[in-house]
Amino acid sequence: MDSESLEAPWMAARPTVRSTVPRRRNVGDRVFRLLTASFGLTLLLVVASIFLVLCYQSRDAVRTFRWAFLTTSVWDPVAREFGALPLIYGTIVSSLLALAQAIPLSVGTALFLSELAPSWVRAPVSFLVELLATIPSVVYGLWGIFVLVPWMRSYIGPALSGTLGFLPMFSGPNYGVGMLTASMILAVMIVPYITSVAHEVFQAVPAAQREAALALGATRWEMIRLAVLPYGRTGVIGAVMLGLGRAIGETMAVTMVIGNRADVSLSVFAPASTMASVIANEFTEATYDLYLQALVEVGLVLLVVTVVVNVLARLLVWRVAAPAGGGH
Amino acid sequence: MTSTTRTKLEVRQLDAWFGTTQALHDIGLAIPERAATAIIGPSGCGKSTLIRCLNRMHEIVPGARVSGQVLLDGEDIYRPGVDPVQVRARVGMVFQRPNPFPTMSIYDNAAAGLLLSGGRRSRADLDAAVEHSLRQAALWDEVEDSLDASGVSISGGQQQRLCIARALAVEPEVILMDEPCSALDPIATTKIEALIHELKAQYTIVIVTHSMQQAARVSDYTVFMYLGKLIEFGSTERLFTTPQKKETEDYITGRFG
Repeated sequence: MDSESLEAPWMAARPTVRSTVPRRRNVGDRVFRLLTASFGLTLLLVVASIFLVLCYQSRDAVRTFRWAFLTTSVWDPVAREFGALPLIYGTIVSSLLALAQAIPLSVGTALFLSELAPSWVRAPVSFLVELLATIPSVVYGLWGIFVLVPWMRSYIGPALSGTLGFLPMFSGPNYGVGMLTASMILAVMIVPYITSVAHEVFQAVPAAQREAALALGATRWEMIRLAVLPYGRTGVIGAVMLGLGRAIGETMAVTMVIGNRADVSLSVFAPASTMASVIANEFTEATYDLYLQALVEVGLVLLVVTVVVNVLARLLVWRVAAPAGGGH
Repeated sequence: MTSTTRTKLEVRQLDAWFGTTQALHDIGLAIPERAATAIIGPSGCGKSTLIRCLNRMHEIVPGARVSGQVLLDGEDIYRPGVDPVQVRARVGMVFQRPNPFPTMSIYDNAAAGLLLSGGRRSRADLDAAVEHSLRQAALWDEVEDSLDASGVSISGGQQQRLCIARALAVEPEVILMDEPCSALDPIATTKIEALIHELKAQYTIVIVTHSMQQAARVSDYTVFMYLGKLIEFGSTERLFTTPQKKETEDYITGRFG
């Protein structure tokens, strides 16, 4: 389930030890090696150059605002004030809210597919779930604007504030667009990724593990709890992190329903902005150089946040990795 | 080993299929209580299928089905309305390869069955039950100080005894063992065999084995199967010394299989 084979091409390109024994030179192998090594290097260079260009293009903004860029919460291009905190907050909160909705839905769907669904249901349903991943982001955005936003305004929002309105999270005016709506769109968008990986993870649980649980007198649910979930734990965490990575960077659909107001608000009904949505929205309107540089710096922060999340995810997967062995 | 032993499990006219392939043909058998019964026969003769029919594990394979009766204390476990979960709690099973739960500690593995079906117990109760079952499985002395270690951190033989402890903890009446030593070295095998000797005083044991020597060492009764049919059943001593069927004689004298 490890897809990190990016390092293989240039790892293979280590110089060979020269020997005095006459050997047949295999030209094909050498060419292949050089070719794959150069592809690998190109990828590295692309990543490095993205990072360097972002740094270079935002140098004045970095110099002007220093750490205040990350810690102040006024984003006001007219007043030439750029504090990216509301955008960072918007990205992180919308992504986490999306995960909170997507995890139960995805893990439940994956369990249904691998443990409960009859085989004639399994194939079409998993195909449909994967089809969700192929819908273009902007189409999700349109669906959000025409379906989800009115629902949010007339049903979901009032229901939440009517029952849980005493929490600051669910108080305040509800415009339909806002943090919660964006997170719902994000959740729908990342469900296929988490579901299909988790489905594969559950299917990989050895029959011996399931039988061990059943032979103890476990019901189907107890078998899932005893054998399937613990065995698949690491893989499910990996799947969730894949989803989180996608949620953090998602731009178009979020921009269309989040309301685009750079404020830090406790209420999930309030309009907000994410780093990606601000860049998409304001790039063409950046009328002076510092404004443009501030937007590029937001891009730099987004890149760093994404890398940090992925590194943390990998560490987490290593930490909880199940010990090897234990039946087949 | 007395001739007046009570029957614990009675198999009547049992047929079993995988899809359209019939794996068992009209098996009839009375397994005595508190004794070890071995099932022997060449590969593919249906011995594993038969043992898996005794606790309704056969049917969890997609396409597998069973017809006939298996009476546990006189009650048919295949009667409509019988919950296989209840059957499996009374008829435990140990598998070919040790299969402790890899993410759980030794303690949690031994306790796994006890925490099923809302079996809420006090910590002290649970501790006592875990210790008791680990002692029964002759593993306690080896793991007493490392109960929190992973269930797969111990040797293969210890893992298999942990699986036996896990099965014993739910206090079954019958223990089915499907070639429990086939993945183990000779020393670990000896320990499991010694364990079977002790356990049969309390439990009804059915063991599938591909080793005739093992059947001769551990069992009181032996079933010989060939091509999905039960060829001969009798006391182990009698079956190995004076087989009544030609196939049995050919098999135990090593002429085939």
